Formats: sequence, C-alpha cells, structure tokens
Amino acid sequence: MVSPSVVLIAVFGLLPVVWAFWLSFQHNDLQTPGQWAGLDNYRQLAHDPVFRDSVRHTVVYTVLFVPITLVLSLLAAAALNRRVRGITLYRLAVFVPVVTSTIATGVIFTWLLDPDYGLVNTILAKLGLPTSGFFSSPHSALFAVVIMTVWGWVGFGALIFLAALQGIPQDLIEAAQMDGCSRSGAFWRIEVPLLRPVSGFLLVWLTINALQLFDEVYVTTKGGPLHATTVVVYYLYQQAFQFFHAGYAAAIAVVLFAVIALITLVQLRLTRDPSTAGERR
Amino acid sequence: MTVAQVPRRRRRRAPSPWHLVLVPVALLMAAPLVWMVLTSLSTLEETRRFPPGLPSSLHWANYATAWHDSPMAHWLVNSAIVSVTCVLSNLVLCSLAGYAFARLRFPGSSILFIATLATLMVPFQVVMIPTLLIVKHLHLVDTLPALVLPNLATPFGIYLLRQFFLSLPVELEEAALMDGAGRLRILRSILLPLMGPPLSTVAVLTFLSVWNDFLWPLVVIASPSKMTVQIGLATFTSAHYTNWPVLMAATVLSQIPVFVLFLVGQRWFVQSIASTGIK
Repeated sequence: MVSPSVVLIAVFGLLPVVWAFWLSFQHNDLQTPGQWAGLDNYRQLAHDPVFRDSVRHTVVYTVLFVPITLVLSLLAAAALNRRVRGITLYRLAVFVPVVTSTIATGVIFTWLLDPDYGLVNTILAKLGLPTSGFFSSPHSALFAVVIMTVWGWVGFGALIFLAALQGIPQDLIEAAQMDGCSRSGAFWRIEVPLLRPVSGFLLVWLTINALQLFDEVYVTTKGGPLHATTVVVYYLYQQAFQFFHAGYAAAIAVVLFAVIALITLVQLRLTRDPSTAGERR
Repeated sequence: MTVAQVPRRRRRRAPSPWHLVLVPVALLMAAPLVWMVLTSLSTLEETRRFPPGLPSSLHWANYATAWHDSPMAHWLVNSAIVSVTCVLSNLVLCSLAGYAFARLRFPGSSILFIATLATLMVPFQVVMIPTLLIVKHLHLVDTLPALVLPNLATPFGIYLLRQFFLSLPVELEEAALMDGAGRLRILRSILLPLMGPPLSTVAVLTFLSVWNDFLWPLVVIASPSKMTVQIGLATFTSAHYTNWPVLMAATVLSQIPVFVLFLVGQRWFVQSIASTGIK
C-alpha cells in the first residue's frame, strides 16, 4: 500500500537529487549526452562575476526581507488578536495576500510601482515626497522587490503568529496584569518570549524562501535593470534554460542546497529554546 | 514600568483604540488588490490621467478583451485539471503511505520513511533539471501529465497523515483486525470517517501549491494551449505590457477561483496553514 508513493518519491524525489549532483560534474546542454567535466563547473563558479553579484543581491534581499517581514507579521498578529468589532474583516484583508499567486502579485506591483502612472508615485508626489523609479532603476529595483514580497508574506507570518498567540493561555496574561504588569508589558515580556519556537520556525521558513526567490523577479524585472535583481535562482534559471549550461546550473543548485541546509541548521540551533526543545508550538 | 495600571474594562461599548491600528493595516494590505479591481474597471485613458481616481463608469469591456485576447479559458481549465488531479491523488496515495508508515513494519520501512522526509528538505530548484530530463525520457515534455506526475504524492502529505495515524489509538483497529478485516478495509470504513481535518489540510495545501506553482510549468510547458493560468498570465503580461486595465482584468480572472475558494472556506484555509506552517 506504500508502494505507489514510494515509487513516485523515488523517481521524482530521490533520483533527481542524486542526478543533480551527478550533473554538476558534467557539461550538459539538455539536448545531447553530457560530458564529464570534473570540478570545472565549480571552479568556473568561483570566478564568475555575475554569480558573485547574484549572491550579493540574494544576501541583501534576504537580510532586508526576513527581519522586516518577521517584525511586521508579529505586530499585525498582535493587532489582529484583539476582540474588536469587524475583526473578521480585518483578518480577511491581511490574509488574502497569502492565497494571491506570486505572479499576480508581480503584475499588480508592476502597475502600483509604475514610475509614471503608478499609484504609489502619485501619492508620494502629492505628499511632496521624492518619487522613485522602483523596478526601472538599478538603484531601487531590489528594494521594490523587497516591498512587494513583504506584502506577499506578512499575511502568512501574521497567520502563524496569530495561531500561536491564541494558543497562549489567557490566565498567564491576566495573572501578570494582576501583579501590576501593563498590557503592553505583558505582550513584550510574556507573549513574545513564548512565541520563540514559532519565531524560530518562521525565521527558517522565510529565509529558505528568500534564498529561493524567483517568481516575482521573473515577472517584474527579469533580473534587470543592469543585473540589479539577478538573484541566485534567477541566474540558475538563465544558465539552464537560456544558455543551456545545465551542468553549470546544477552546480549552482548544489551550492544553493548546501547553503540552505547550513543556514537552516544554524538557525534551528540558535532559536531552539531549551525549555521547549522538541515541540514546535 | 512598575506603576500598576488600572485594568481597562473589557466590555465597554466605545470603539476600541485598536481600530486606529487595524484600519491602516487592513487598508495597506488590501490596497493593492482593491487597486487591481478598480483599474480593471477603468479605461486606458483613466489610468493615464493625473491624479488617478475612481473609474467614471464600470468598464467591463476590459474583461471581455482579456478573455478573448488570450486562451484564458484554456489556462483556467488546465490549472483546474492539474490541481484537482493532484489533490485527489494526494488524498489517496498519502493516506495509504501514511497509514503504512504509521502501522506496518516491513523491511526497510524506517529507511524509506527517512528518505521520504529527506526529500522534503530539498529545494525544488535542485531537482528541477533532472526532473525535466526524466520527463523528457518519458516523452511527456509540454503535456499536462508532466505537471501532474511530480506532484502525485508529496512527502509532506505522507508525513502529515502518518503523524495523524500515530495519534489515533491502536485499539480502534484491533477488533476489526481480529475479525479478519484487511488493512484497506479498516482504512476505508473505520479510519476514513475520522480523517476529515488532516485530509482537508492536505487538500487545501496541495491545491494552493499546485495552482500557484510557476517555475515547474514555466520549465516544462511551451505551447500556449497547455499553459496553466500562472504562466499564461506571465506571458500575457509581456504581450500587453502597459495596457493596465486589460492586464488587471486578466489578473483578476486568474485569481477568481482561488479567491472564491478562500472566501468560502476561509476557516479551512487559515487552519490548514496555521496548523502546518506551510505556504
């Protein structure tokens, strides 16, 4: 009864992993049989300036995207955890982006952030603030991608934080208030520390997804302008499917895999709370 | 902050000050989607005037243009076929595998389970090129089965259902086993009625991930008539760049099925995502 799944996972889960490693030691154009290349791909990777740039863009993106999303998600969840009138509607507004596809998000933000007719620049101009070229300028494109993806992910973070907040026994907070703690004091000193395992999970999950950024870049900037938004996975895609250097792309994938595995392990170590080790919520 | 504050009355009728936070938050989050809908009902001239504003009248013609200028119906049907097939097959295959991993000991069962879990940690970009080569060997490039095959049984669904079966007491099944009922029979008639929550989670998450998937269809599909709605929308965008009313109409059309399902089953969606932490 396990066999259909096992066959499927073996063919589409395990075999490709081994194959990916194998490919990374080959020159392969996806059409003709590959040729053994030894460590050529990795050696080339170490000296590829575009790859180095793509790593830098990915790091800058991740360092901005992850903390901003985490903090905004926590604050949104705290606000959504109130029993006020219309809370269902507020929650709906925050959660809808979770089911909005990355492509729709990309198309919508290309329009919102349009340098000439976009809503955001119009509002900025009305308020007397400096406008921006957003996706069309190499200086701002990566930040525009950050703004867009934060919008796409805050709802997800808030949803996870909200579920965790609702799991915290109300007695704890009432007891603290009894002892003279203010409501906001109780939030920062009791609820936030209790959210540590969830925050750790979200930190890992957001980081993994940030390092794999692709869809939104593909649909908005295609890695441009002037490579400003060429992130690692976008470069991998270009190498494999535009230049047909599949072996080289596989080497990029292997490096990405190693980095993601390493960061995940380190983050899990760092955020593990000894008192709740082992349980996620 | 050592000074005791008087606990605020909970049940008073005055509007809570939290509205001052919640209104801007909700507006900011909803604004892009509201703007999408408003633009989709404007004329091209209206989107080019300064300052932008509400459409003077509801310009539904954009939807007709988007619908006729693209194989949108095809794309929606393709997406529906692929997602529904994947959901159904995940429900069946993950239940079977999850049950086997939870209850049966067979040679290599724990190694197989660990291997299944291990594939959960591998980013898709790593397996993408080999998966394409496998699909090529099967002569399935540029077909819908290529979109379905790699997603027929997901390691995550297997893991989720295995954990669920482990949480059930074995006593439930023992009597039936004594009476000589087979494992499949037990699964179907005793356990299935209890499996509503985990199965709905698998269904919701599989549907969302397959419907919104972009990279794999982009790599494996080339003909417009075989595209899913996500790559369809992306190609439509490059073709109609700057005709924002029509583009926004196409975006709305591509999102309608998911938005409708989300509104109808909001509880399920929220619970599924919250309980597993997967988007």
